[in-house]
Amino acid sequence: MSQNPKPSSSSSSKSKSSGLPRKRFYRARAHSNPLSDSHFPVPINPSLFNLSQHYPHFFPDRSNAPKRIEFADIGCGFGGLLVTLSPIFPDTLMIGMEIRDKVASYVDERIRALRTPLGDYHNISVVRTNSMKYLPNYFEKAQLSKMFFLFPDPHFKEKNRRRRVISESLLDEYAYVMKVGGLVYAVTDVEELGEWIRGCLERHCLFQRVGDEEAAGDPVAKVLESATEEGKKVLRNGGQTFRCVYRRIAA
Amino acid sequence: MNLCQTMEETLIDEAENNGRDGEVAPALIAVHPLEKFVAVAIGSELRVFDLERGFGTNLLDDSGASQHSDSIRTIGFSASGKLFASAGDDKLVKVWSTDSWQCIHKVFSEKRVSAAAISCDDHFVSFADKFGIVWIVSLKENERSDKGTQILAHYCSIITSLEFSPDGKFILSADRDFKIRVTVFPKKPLSGAHEIQSYCLGHTEFVSCVSFIGTSEYPQGFLLSGGGDSTVRLWDFTSGTLLDTCEVGAQAGILGSNGDEGPCCHAVTDICASPDGSLVAVAIQRQVSNLHGVMLLTCDLSSRRLSVSKVVTMQETFIPSSLGMSVSGENLWMVSGASNLPGSVSSALARVKVISRLKQMPDSSELEPAVLEDNEVPGGTKLLETLQGSASIAQEEETLAAAAEAVKTAMRNLLIKRQYSVEKRELRKKSRNDRKLKQ
Ligand SMILES: C[S@@+](CC[C@H](N)C(=O)[O-])C[C@H]1O[C@@H](n2cnc3c(N)ncnc32)[C@H](O)[C@@H]1O
Repeated sequence: MSQNPKPSSSSSSKSKSSGLPRKRFYRARAHSNPLSDSHFPVPINPSLFNLSQHYPHFFPDRSNAPKRIEFADIGCGFGGLLVTLSPIFPDTLMIGMEIRDKVASYVDERIRALRTPLGDYHNISVVRTNSMKYLPNYFEKAQLSKMFFLFPDPHFKEKNRRRRVISESLLDEYAYVMKVGGLVYAVTDVEELGEWIRGCLERHCLFQRVGDEEAAGDPVAKVLESATEEGKKVLRNGGQTFRCVYRRIAA
Repeated sequence: MNLCQTMEETLIDEAENNGRDGEVAPALIAVHPLEKFVAVAIGSELRVFDLERGFGTNLLDDSGASQHSDSIRTIGFSASGKLFASAGDDKLVKVWSTDSWQCIHKVFSEKRVSAAAISCDDHFVSFADKFGIVWIVSLKENERSDKGTQILAHYCSIITSLEFSPDGKFILSADRDFKIRVTVFPKKPLSGAHEIQSYCLGHTEFVSCVSFIGTSEYPQGFLLSGGGDSTVRLWDFTSGTLLDTCEVGAQAGILGSNGDEGPCCHAVTDICASPDGSLVAVAIQRQVSNLHGVMLLTCDLSSRRLSVSKVVTMQETFIPSSLGMSVSGENLWMVSGASNLPGSVSSALARVKVISRLKQMPDSSELEPAVLEDNEVPGGTKLLETLQGSASIAQEEETLAAAAEAVKTAMRNLLIKRQYSVEKRELRKKSRNDRKLKQ
C-alpha cells in the first residue's frame, strides 16, 4: 500500500505535452490508512474535490454559482465518450471515473494532449477511483444531470452479480447524486446484462424509462454506441447492442 | 474492477474467518430508556437485570435453545422500551418483549450480523450483515417473517452502526469507510429504502458509533458520531452538514509525542448522550496511555458546539467497551470485558461501572459526575452479580488486566480491516478464473 497520498494516476510528475505539473491535490490523509482498501486518495467529501486541478481553464470561478461537474462516465475505460461529448457540450464539466490505474493515467494524458489554448477539451477530466464505493465523496446530492454506463463488465457468474456496476442498491446512490430530470444511459453488448440493467432500473422507484422515440431525438443517445473503444470493437465485430435510458424522477 | 473484486473477497474472507478462530468479542451494555432494565452481552450470553424489581431476569426462548450460540455483536432497547433486540455471529436476530423477556421473534440471517435496530414504532427490526447489506423484518403479527428483506446496502463495507432517527423519519447506517448514510425510512419499508437523504462525510477513518441528541426546541435533532480518527463530530444529519468536530484524542492529551501509535489506538469506540446534549460520554480506546476512563463532553445545541467538560479516570484495567444511558441521562453505565479470552478459565468476564452525574463529592457540597462505588451502583451487588457473572470480580485484578488487553485487541480486530500485502493481492488476482471472461 502506498504511504503517499500521491495519486498513482500520474506516472511522471510533468506532462510532456503541456509541461503542467500533473500532481493533483487531494486532501491527503495524515497517514496511510489501514482501513482504506483503496490505493488511491479519495476526497473526504465533495467540497474537498479540487476542481481547479482538473479543469484549470474554468477555475478559479468567481461567479455566484461556481461550475460543477454535471456528467459522469462510470468506468470510462479509454475515454472515448468524454472526448466525443466534450465539443458537443463545451461548457459542461464532465468526469470519467476509472478504477484501473494505468487506464486512468492514459485517459489523463490523452485529454492533456488534446487540450488547446483556445479551450478545447478543457471541460473533461478523469479520476482514478472505485465508483461503486466512493461516488458520494465526489458529488453532492442532485448534482449530476447525466450518468453513463457504457459496456460495463458483465460478471456472468451468479455469485458475482453483486459486482455489477448497476444493481438496485447502487441505483439508490446514483439517484442521490442525480438531479430530478437527469438521465442515466446504459449500453451493453451482453443481452443478459442488458436485461438485468433494465430490470434494476424498471423496479427502482426513482427512475422512469425514457421512451424510444424521445431517446431517438436525444443527441447524446445517438453517439453512445460508437463513441467508446469498447463500442467500436462491438461495432466492428457486428455485435448487437442493448441500450436503455432512464430518467431520475422525484420521490 | 479487479481491485474491487479483490477487496470484496478480502472482506468476505475476513467476515467468514472472524470468530472462527475464537476471536474475542467485546462486552456490550444497553440501558432501558426509563432505566427499568440494564442488559449486558458477553460472548454468547445475555444478562438482564430488572432494576425496578431488583433481580436478574430469566430470558425465555420457547425453542429451549440458549439465547445465542455465538458472540453477540449488537444489543439494544427500542425507543419505547417495550422491545429489545440481540444479534451477532450466530446469524440470529432475536427480538424480546421486555414485559416477559420472552423471545417474540427470531430472524435468520444468511451472514453474521454486525448491527441491529428496532424502528421507533416497534413495527420493524432492521439489521446489517457482514456484507454491508441492511435487512428489514416486520414485527406486526400478520407480517412476520423469519427472513429479512434487503432495504439498502453499503457496497464492500461493513456497517458498524445502525440507528433510527428519534422522529422515525430516517435510518442511519455508518460504515468502516468513513461514511454515514442517512436514508429516508419509507412508509412501506419492505419495498426498500431507496431515497438517500444525505451522507455525513468528514471522518477520516472508520466510523464506529453514532448517537442522536435533540430536545423539543430542536425537534429535528442532531447526530453525534465517533470513529477511528479520534474525533467526535456533530452533524445536521438531514443535510449532512458537519457542525463541529471535537478532537477528543488531542484534547485529552493522550496522543502524546509517541508517534508510533497506530491510528486506531485512540479510536472512539462508543458514544452515549443525554437527549439535551448536556452529557456526551465518549469511550476511547488507547494503547499507550496514562489516562483510563471516559471523556465527558457537552454539546451546546444553540451554538452547535462541542466542548470537553471532564475526563473521568478509572483504574488501569477498566477500559469501557460499551456505554449506555437512560433518557434522563442521570447515570452513565459502562462495561469492560471480553469473551473468549485466550488462556482464561472464565470465558465471559465483564465489569460494570456507573458514573452518576449527581454524585456528592466528599469534600465539597457540589454534585459532579463521578464513578460510583460498587455498593452505590443502582441495583447494588445483586445487579453486579447478575451482569458481571460475579460480584467479587473487582478482586480479580489479573484477569481484568487480561480482559483489558483482550478488549483492545478485540476492538482493533473488529474495526480494522486486515492489511493484505500487494503480493498477496496479486496472487489472489492471478488465481481468479472468471478474469478470462474479460477482454
Ligand atoms: C468493459 S470496460 C468499458 C469501458 C468504456 N466505458 C468503453 O465503453 O469503452 C469497463 C470499464 O469499467 C471499469 N470499472 C469497472 N468497475 C469499476 C469501478 N468500480 N469503478 C470505476 N471503474 C470501474 C473497468 O476498469 C473498465 O475499464
